[in-house]
Amino acid sequence: MTQGRTRLGPWLALAVFALLSVALALGLKLNPREVPSPLVGKPLPSFALPALGAASAPISSQQWRGQWWVLNVWASWCTPCAVEHPVLLQLAQSQRVTLVGLNYKDATPAAQTWLAQRGNPYQTVWVDTQGSVGLDLGVYGVPETYIIDPQGRVRHKHTGAVTPQWVQSTLLPLLETSRG
Amino acid sequence: MRGAWLNAAMVWAALGLALLLPKPVLADAALEDKVQRVASELRCLVCQNDTIAASQAPLAVDLRNQVRRLLAQGQSEAQVLEYMTQRYGDFVRYRPPLKPSTWPLWFMPVVLLLLAGLGWWRFTRARPTGAQS
Repeated sequence: MTQGRTRLGPWLALAVFALLSVALALGLKLNPREVPSPLVGKPLPSFALPALGAASAPISSQQWRGQWWVLNVWASWCTPCAVEHPVLLQLAQSQRVTLVGLNYKDATPAAQTWLAQRGNPYQTVWVDTQGSVGLDLGVYGVPETYIIDPQGRVRHKHTGAVTPQWVQSTLLPLLETSRG
Repeated sequence: MRGAWLNAAMVWAALGLALLLPKPVLADAALEDKVQRVASELRCLVCQNDTIAASQAPLAVDLRNQVRRLLAQGQSEAQVLEYMTQRYGDFVRYRPPLKPSTWPLWFMPVVLLLLAGLGWWRFTRARPTGAQS
């Protein structure tokens, strides 16, 4: 009886230690900045905003119904936006998916200069000066990128700069699912 | 005498300026109390350990203004919290709601404490028997 207990003790301690190590290791890998969006799986909120540099009527978010599109929230004051910009340009060049920009709480001239200097990957850029659409989307850190399916549902949200890896392992496989 | 005139002129100038400036929405103290209460229930997502009541981050200021706007429209405090949760998820609640996905969060400390207690109990009980044999 006593022997059984003394043998069990170290193993129990080891088990607890292992469990704790795994839990802590997982905790280290988690990114606290990556807040799961309640929008994923739900329809994109409907809105209409004017386009950058055009005096035309507001453009509706329903415009791209029936096709996959990517909504990228950016601003000229946002440093990581400059980092992800080449990735977006390349994506636009590949013509795999429509890219739409949302210029978030930015000064319009600054945004226009930014695009003129770096190239414009967007088919359309919405202007959200007050950040009110951003609030409806739950934007909390720019850049943010949403993948929207032909039914108008948000299928994925990425916070922070997108990378070529993200395009390869997240975006392109999602686009494939509708082709098959 | 001249100083008095100058003073009077300055007071009038200040009053005029105050009239010109947009009226703060804070006029209503009861509303402001509510805003404060709701804001201290909401987490600032940029500075994650602060509430939006405590933070001066631009996003926190925006959210606080939105809270004020919604409350001024006559929405209840619960409705405003729901509005924010719909957009930012449970994470925006400074006190997470109790539901299956947050059970580990709420109960893990108790479970760990019980486990530690059990361990301690076994440890202290094993000693005397060990010493006796």
